[in-house]
Amino acid sequence: MIEVRFHGRGGQGVVIASEVLAKAAFKMGFEVSSFPFFGVERRGAPVTAYARIDKNPIRIKSSIYEPDYIVVLDSTLLKGVDLLEGLKPGGKVLINYPDDKTLPEISDRFQYYTLDATAIAATHGIGSKMTPIVNTAIMGGFAKMSDWVSIEAMLEIIREVAPVKKDENVEAAREAYERTREVAV
Amino acid sequence: MRQVMTGNYASAYGAKLSRAEVIAAYPITPQTSIVEKLAELVSTGELKAKFISVESEHSAMAACISASIVGARTYTATSSHGLTLMHEVLMWASGARLPIVITNVSRAMAPPWSVWADHMDSIAQRDTGWLQFFCSSNQEVLDTTIMAYKICESRNVMLPAMVIEDAFILSHTSEPVDMPEQEAVDSFLPSFSPELKVEIGKPMGFGSLVKPDQYMEFRYKAMLAMKAARERILRVEKEFKQVFGREYGGLLENYRCDDAEVVLVAAGSTAATAKDVVDSLREKGQKVGLARLRVFRPFPHEEFRALASKVAGIAVLDRSYTFGVSGAFFTEIKGSIYDCPKRPAMKNYIAGLGGRDITPKILEKIFDDIQLFVKRREETDVEWVDVAGLPRRWH
Repeated sequence: MIEVRFHGRGGQGVVIASEVLAKAAFKMGFEVSSFPFFGVERRGAPVTAYARIDKNPIRIKSSIYEPDYIVVLDSTLLKGVDLLEGLKPGGKVLINYPDDKTLPEISDRFQYYTLDATAIAATHGIGSKMTPIVNTAIMGGFAKMSDWVSIEAMLEIIREVAPVKKDENVEAAREAYERTREVAV
Repeated sequence: MRQVMTGNYASAYGAKLSRAEVIAAYPITPQTSIVEKLAELVSTGELKAKFISVESEHSAMAACISASIVGARTYTATSSHGLTLMHEVLMWASGARLPIVITNVSRAMAPPWSVWADHMDSIAQRDTGWLQFFCSSNQEVLDTTIMAYKICESRNVMLPAMVIEDAFILSHTSEPVDMPEQEAVDSFLPSFSPELKVEIGKPMGFGSLVKPDQYMEFRYKAMLAMKAARERILRVEKEFKQVFGREYGGLLENYRCDDAEVVLVAAGSTAATAKDVVDSLREKGQKVGLARLRVFRPFPHEEFRALASKVAGIAVLDRSYTFGVSGAFFTEIKGSIYDCPKRPAMKNYIAGLGGRDITPKILEKIFDDIQLFVKRREETDVEWVDVAGLPRRWH
């Protein structure tokens, strides 16, 4: 079973990102489950969401403590709690991070990937300039980081679930896929 | 067709596929997306129903009662404080013998304020005369909603039902759900046609005053109806399996219980996780099983008595606590098996209140503990799991 944890802030589409991953994996023939940990929902507050992907039907309903992947939609969260807590050795981390800056702290136990999802979402006019909605861009990046979910499946689901600006969301994810880079450790 | 959806959407589509004709609801976390989805389905015309926005849950149930009295199939959904605000009218619905179906997204009672999973709200309604179904998956939420109408609307039952899904753990979890075809549901569930209803030109009274010489007969008949519900639940599930190919194990689903030495009793989402735990402990050679309490009302007395004759120990996990007694499941199971020739050791585990996670590790420890308890009974038979300050470590 593959387990994924998402970190972001209310308004960035964290929960939808976890659902997009589950739906894309389901499209590819996997069994899936995705769920949020909701505080009381409000814009700007830290939000965590989760996804499980497996070949067999998933029954477990408890939370995820040792994920294989971590996705960070808002890099300001890196300054707070240990976002990588529980990440399995060799696990992969995808961070929405400006291309021209170096990540503050990295560990050789994990593999890091970055993309500037904020800039990509803003360029495509998703959300407002001040607070772009980065979830579709970040999921394009996820397709690049993982070798089991295809960008085609991801784009198809993004087109399906985006309530408005379907083309823009798909293009943002496609561009993010191209621009996601592994960070040399 | 299988599609990925939340427990709340499974509830909404369950009501839609059942062709609910009147929906009256008041939004409350974490039920809100059920009501939003149904309002959307009604506004687009996909569901031909009257959607009534009301000012409280008490009014939601009152509207459902009135609509049911004139012969409409009715639906509502709520959670925690919404359900307890309905308490008075829940009694009215069952007393008037109206087969209303409600989804309760089971959530903790305040204070302290909490929006997370807990069964206290549902358990507090156990004396209202409603059938209560605890679900373990989104598929079961959808299927049970459809089955509930068929069970409740049958002439010898005519009682309301509560379909219970755990807050967030099911309500906001997305997983694959096989959405039945409308035609198949239509053939399984005929339209609602009660024997008695209020019609224009045919006035009738529901819930009028009766004197002491009649009241008990009404209660007696409701008691018989709840008894009849038991057989009806089993039969409807059989019919459901014939049409849709899915079944849920009756009132008390026995999972790997046949040769089990100890079993865990759990309801709702915990029972799904517990199946994985039973499988992994079985691989290690432990003779353990799960008895999933699916229907709490009517209570599965016969099933528990049969189980008691087979096992040495029963661990009962309650996600609620009745102050001054113990967990509600524990008390009632004990009552059921009191006069069984063979009575297993029983211990109550209070866990997961206010959404605290019930992990596989915690369930494994409960299985370890009950196996020890069978050999050497301790003084206390009610243990609070994973509570700060208590000696036992659960992680």
